[in-house]
Amino acid sequence: MRHLAKYIITRILLTIPMVLILLSIVFLVLRIMPGDPVSSMLGGHAPEKVIEQKKQELGLNEPMAVQYVSYLWQVAHLDLGESMVFKQRVTTAIADKLPATIELTACGMIITLILGVFLGAYAADRRRQVQDSMIRLYGIVIYCIPVYWLGLMLQLIFGIWLDVLPIAGRTGPRVFASTFEQTGFYLIDTLLIRDFAAMKDVMIHLTLPAFTLGLTLSGIFIRLTRANMLDVLKSDYIVAAEARGIRHRRIVYRHALKNAFIPILTMMGLQVALLMAGAILTETTFSWPGMGRLLLERIYLRDYPTIQGVIIVFALIVAGVSLVVDIIYAMIDPRIRY
Amino acid sequence: MNYSPASALARVFSSFTSMGKKYGVEWWILVAGAAIVLGIVFMAAFPDIFTPFNPYDQAAGPQLAPPGGAHLMGTDNLRRDVWARIVFGSQTILRVSVLAAIISSMIGISMGLLSGFSGGILDRILSLIMDSVYVFPGLILAIAFAAMFGPGVINITLAVSVIYIPTYFRLVRGQTLSIKQELYVEAARAIGASSTTILWEYIFPNVIATTVVVFTLNVADAIMIEAALTYLGLGLPPSVVDWGMDLAMGKKFLPSGQWWLITFPGLMISLLALGFTMLGEGLAEILNPRLLER
Repeated sequence: MRHLAKYIITRILLTIPMVLILLSIVFLVLRIMPGDPVSSMLGGHAPEKVIEQKKQELGLNEPMAVQYVSYLWQVAHLDLGESMVFKQRVTTAIADKLPATIELTACGMIITLILGVFLGAYAADRRRQVQDSMIRLYGIVIYCIPVYWLGLMLQLIFGIWLDVLPIAGRTGPRVFASTFEQTGFYLIDTLLIRDFAAMKDVMIHLTLPAFTLGLTLSGIFIRLTRANMLDVLKSDYIVAAEARGIRHRRIVYRHALKNAFIPILTMMGLQVALLMAGAILTETTFSWPGMGRLLLERIYLRDYPTIQGVIIVFALIVAGVSLVVDIIYAMIDPRIRY
Repeated sequence: MNYSPASALARVFSSFTSMGKKYGVEWWILVAGAAIVLGIVFMAAFPDIFTPFNPYDQAAGPQLAPPGGAHLMGTDNLRRDVWARIVFGSQTILRVSVLAAIISSMIGISMGLLSGFSGGILDRILSLIMDSVYVFPGLILAIAFAAMFGPGVINITLAVSVIYIPTYFRLVRGQTLSIKQELYVEAARAIGASSTTILWEYIFPNVIATTVVVFTLNVADAIMIEAALTYLGLGLPPSVVDWGMDLAMGKKFLPSGQWWLITFPGLMISLLALGFTMLGEGLAEILNPRLLER
């Protein structure tokens, strides 16, 4: 266990340069970018003097190196600063939008895992048969369908033609989120106050975006599961289990899948980046008030601190998930020692 | 044996043809992918064969006409022909995605070679930067770069190319590290070959073959990222004909049921990405016999 603790500490320390590098790239990109927060806030016709004064106030007239160092100093104190466009702390803006994104990505991930792992295992079991080919074809095709287009088509089919599911927002017009907003995770909030009508409404609104995200990523997981299952199914203990007369289905879905799951778990850490990118696009398609929409809105407004804050949070999520995945990996597989 | 990029490519192509029959399904995936890609490239090269309409013509037909008759895929709200916009839009997406893949492969491969071959502090720093960018969602970086460069075909190409550099870097660096240890490299060093010779004559040809597959899959991904950026309203001025922008425009007419405005551009993006993916998958199977047992 001491090895594990040491490993965790090293990993946490290693995320610092990663976040720093990404932050530096984005900081530089934002400053080189045409336009600035003051002009976008006041419009192009404000008097020169007002613009200059405002820039002075926000510290935009300082040399870039000074701005950079003072921003890093701020971040080192866990302070993301204040928005340059709205009177709002960056942490408040992010805390407001982050739960929506996490709720969406978590539900999407669950759908992906269920679909991907079971279809992949089934395909491996039926290797080189019709079912295998069909599932692999589905995997390739779904991977090539852009998540935003899949979202639009699902909106068209289920929202417009069949008219059974809503196509925008987290709640319907009659459900007031303010009556139950505590954690920001609406599924949990509605459960906490036992408002099941509102919960149903939240779930209905979550269905299409979560399936859009889940379906898109399922292709990768089918592929991963299938490849790992094929390796596992060839191993000696599977042959031994067959010889002992254990039912085939039990061998495939219990014995083999359990062992094939470890590499899948590690890959999950890497897929978080794809999940986040998919979430941004899905949020745009479904008018989902999450981090992706926040990022895009603020890029148009050139709101430097908020954009940097969003990037830091995304980088931390990616680093955090891969850390957790590695720790779980180390715990469930006793052969791995650091 | 004389190793050079040309002979390496020749070997790729000869194995390509001779192993065709051996691979069954994978071969057909490759052929289907190549057919899709060549078809769309042909469409982009000779658009006038495919449509009599001008993609900018705001009097091509009635407003928001459904598919059928003179307008194969209907017309949009500005009375433009959707099929003509599809045909001409293929030029933009192909140009951006292929060029972006070329740029990122050139930068990524040369940096990977240099980093893996020289080692030391340079290798450490480059690896750290590349790894940090690699694990971060590429789309978010592309969004930031697209906003920085402003709208334009070259600008969006650069924004897309930035995010794939680490992919090539990691692949090539890893390969360079292992090839560096090979006996034939040691032999070359023993007979007095210079570092430049070893890098370009011995390591580079062996690395380049594996990047072919990555390049093809990279183009497929770049297609989806390009369309994603323009769908989000970044990267291209409205005067350019582009599938992603048409998709964003068609989105406004989704609630009123004008399905053809979103269906066809999205279908084409998927088809083009599918073509390059199948090409890459097929190539991967054929170039890597170890995968055959799967």
